[in-house]
Amino acid sequence: MSFLQKVLAIVQKDVAVELRTKEMLSSMFVFALLVIVIFNFAFELRIENVRQVAPGVLWVTFTFAGMLGLNRSFVLEKDKGCLEGLLLCPVDRSAIYFGKMLGNVIFMTMVEAIILPIFSVLFNVSLFHPVLLLIVVLGTLGFAGVGTLFSAMAVHTRAREVMLPVLLFPVVVPAMIAAVKATGGILDGQLFSEIAHWVRLLVAFDVIFLAISFMTFDYVVEE
Amino acid sequence: MIGKNHRLSDFLTWASAIAIMVALYLVFVYAPTERTMGDVQRIFYFHVSTAWVGFFAFFVTLIASVAYLWKGTRQWDIVALSSVEIGVTFITMTIVTGSIWAKVAWNVWWTWDPRLTTSTILWLIYVSYLMLRNAIDEEARRARFAAVHGIVGFVSVPITLMAIRWWRTIHPVIFESEGFNLTGPMLTTLLFCIGAFTLLYFTLLVHRVRLEQLADEVEQLKHRMSR
Repeated sequence: MSFLQKVLAIVQKDVAVELRTKEMLSSMFVFALLVIVIFNFAFELRIENVRQVAPGVLWVTFTFAGMLGLNRSFVLEKDKGCLEGLLLCPVDRSAIYFGKMLGNVIFMTMVEAIILPIFSVLFNVSLFHPVLLLIVVLGTLGFAGVGTLFSAMAVHTRAREVMLPVLLFPVVVPAMIAAVKATGGILDGQLFSEIAHWVRLLVAFDVIFLAISFMTFDYVVEE
Repeated sequence: MIGKNHRLSDFLTWASAIAIMVALYLVFVYAPTERTMGDVQRIFYFHVSTAWVGFFAFFVTLIASVAYLWKGTRQWDIVALSSVEIGVTFITMTIVTGSIWAKVAWNVWWTWDPRLTTSTILWLIYVSYLMLRNAIDEEARRARFAAVHGIVGFVSVPITLMAIRWWRTIHPVIFESEGFNLTGPMLTTLLFCIGAFTLLYFTLLVHRVRLEQLADEVEQLKHRMSR
């Protein structure tokens, strides 16, 4: 098996487990809807100010829903003793990291794919723009990239569900700023060249943190 | 290693006590009063020095974390932990002194200016480092996870600074601290303060490392007693 095949095998396992129950996807989705509804009350979103707050609301929704998914990512593995099984597999540790990370990206993207049209309808803003989709993918990749590393750490701590957001949120601040600013630029109808530096920052964040997570993941799963 | 050497730690303690005394003299007596802000500007010397020590402490943690993952010796883990504790203390001082200064100079306690925002996030990252350590019981795992967080956290700092700068420069930058034109005595005072606080950092580090080593020894003795 090549490296890619090993990674895809792990992704396939995660997707198969999730599709059997759809437990996590459905809770992520309902939670995301709830966040949007709560923001509606909190900000009293009206048509005039929707463009100003929409990028922030959208990304808070994505990160909160993503946090639910990341929290579950290693819990099942650890509680059922599957983590040992995974570690005993004749694969490189980095294959496990990329497999889990891609699984998280897929789950988040699935939820985002449903939330985006609903958001557009509820707030009457058009979110269908190729560059926006690119930003969503880059933001999700950065979030899930560091998130998978921290998720593997948080699962071994005492207050695991509480630990993950505390660890993850301060570190992903730059990616969130870049994603929110780029999304806002698109909603304001700016050209790509005007938001290009935010997209570049997102790419840089993704590359740097994927590289660091990939290098340090060995030490996190080591027994 | 560094903790065991009593002569070194005694020397550092005395040297930093004298250095801080001299720094106080320089700040309150030697340095001239700033023309527009008056005496309150004197907080600037300690504000900059504590910020420098904070950043330096986190840099030491980065080095110690890399060294721990590489070598796996407990000594490096102790250095990383001690440095984070000192760094968080000093960054807290920076934020508090900055806030006092801001109230007088800008008439607000807080503003979401790039530097303030970055220091807050920096502070949060390292507080979460300490929380992570507290939440893990097994010693080797705690050290490993902390080292990973020590690396990831430090790398995110420059990116955060850049993101927040870009984010804020869209608004006009009203408060730019680059505007300082330091005159001779002011510059001397600042440089001396930074030196004195760096010395204080090493003193605190040596004592904190020794404290942790003694705690380890006590732990071992307890373990031996219970057998």
